Amino acid sequence: MIDAGNTAWLITATALVLFMTLPGLALFYGGLVRAENLLSVLMQCFSITALVSVLWLIAGYSLTFSGDGDFLGNLDKAMLFGVARDAADANGLPESVFFMFQMTFAIITPALMIGAFAERMRFGAVMLFSALWLFLVYVPVAHWIWGGGWLADRGILDFAGGLVVHLTAGISALVLAIMIGPRAGFPDEVTPPHAPWMTMAGACMLWVGWFGFNAGSALSAGAGAGMAMTVTHLSAATATLVWIVIEWAKFGKPSMIGAVTGAIAGLATITPASGYVGPGAALVLGCAGGVICYVMVGVIKRRFRIDDSLDVFAVHGVGGAVGILLAAVFASATLGGVGYAEGQTMGGQFLVQLLGIAATLLWSLVASVIIAKVVQAACGLRVDAETEEQGLDLRIHGERGYNM
Amino acid sequence: MKYIIAIIQPHRLDAVREALTPIGVQGLTVSEVRGFGRQKGQTEIYRGAEYKTHYVPKVKIEIAANNDIADAIVEAIGTAARTGHIGDGKVFVLDLEGAMRVRTSEMGADAL
Repeated sequence: MIDAGNTAWLITATALVLFMTLPGLALFYGGLVRAENLLSVLMQCFSITALVSVLWLIAGYSLTFSGDGDFLGNLDKAMLFGVARDAADANGLPESVFFMFQMTFAIITPALMIGAFAERMRFGAVMLFSALWLFLVYVPVAHWIWGGGWLADRGILDFAGGLVVHLTAGISALVLAIMIGPRAGFPDEVTPPHAPWMTMAGACMLWVGWFGFNAGSALSAGAGAGMAMTVTHLSAATATLVWIVIEWAKFGKPSMIGAVTGAIAGLATITPASGYVGPGAALVLGCAGGVICYVMVGVIKRRFRIDDSLDVFAVHGVGGAVGILLAAVFASATLGGVGYAEGQTMGGQFLVQLLGIAATLLWSLVASVIIAKVVQAACGLRVDAETEEQGLDLRIHGERGYNM
Repeated sequence: MKYIIAIIQPHRLDAVREALTPIGVQGLTVSEVRGFGRQKGQTEIYRGAEYKTHYVPKVKIEIAANNDIADAIVEAIGTAARTGHIGDGKVFVLDLEGAMRVRTSEMGADAL
């Protein structure tokens, strides 16, 4: 029996999550690069969306959500073959809607990694890497956690993708940033963001879209979705204030780019916990995510000298992992959360979450090293020095972001 | 005739224009330019990382004027554009050999 209310909300949420990638993430990243590379970033976001959509239908969805294997699903629903048009799941959702909702998550996750290799990766390499990465990293991890795999069996809490989305993308982004090498001139002579206003506009779309991401993950239009939206918003607001205060105290000037980066850190941090915690916890998660992500940006870029250009690991990977750990604490009913599964304790849940982080981290790391090696051998990861200097827009795509 | 080129802080442009009108300046040309002097660029901070900008945005004003008001123009620009901070800019004065008003073909001082 199809539930009209739940179906209506999930169709809306699906649109919101796609809106996060197109144009939200594209503009967020686009403003942070050189003017000569703006179109390359927009183009990569757009193309990954199209590519993943097709792959998701062909086999991605089925391998994630069909069958009850511990590590991978099966191909019974490849091409949505055999899925009845009016078949309803436990929440009264048509499977086409669940398929589309999950597709938008599979789209944004590889798109997040664009921030790590922005301004220097070959277009073909981006496409090939994203396709392989979808099947070798996203699909298995999503199956482990959301598709009834071995981490789901252990009762892991990852409501909307702290591990599935943010940690997988964050770790693989870090690997790619190391393997492709820093931008010319990094760290002292790189060009500042060409259009901070564009980054702000993109961040606002991400913020709004995140309501669909987290509240949609309730898979129903009810109290769970309402509270997920509430804590999502409050965490973003708290982390924004945290970045403003840190920059104001440290540099004497609270920057706009800092404020919007804080919001994204707060959103990534609350994501895995958003269905399990209360509004008070949202303030704590926003605070923790804001501070830790801020510190990690400096650690990665300046201590380790890794050019994860737009801070994908420091903001998404770290934020997601922090949220995974804190979900175990604030899911506690005494702290305003929904409580644990029967027989589970805070300590026990914390260990499950740690296991999830370790497994996701290790798998993402090893798989992306291998994928990057394959792509390097197949077509090369990096553009030549002349293309990098002139910008990818004109040399690769034959057009310019600004004709003035 | 003199040709006066002033490189100033962009935010002082309106003040300079207001100072020039009363002393008889009939027209001027403005362009947005970038450059550096002793200021040597500036530092911007994004996400805690410093970016050195080698060229700083400036405004270039160009004025053709008769000799009798040239000194007053330089003085007016100096007063109106000055903030006292490094990066206030420079004014250059050149001898101007000729001029023509395109619409009427008037030459020399009549063209100004």
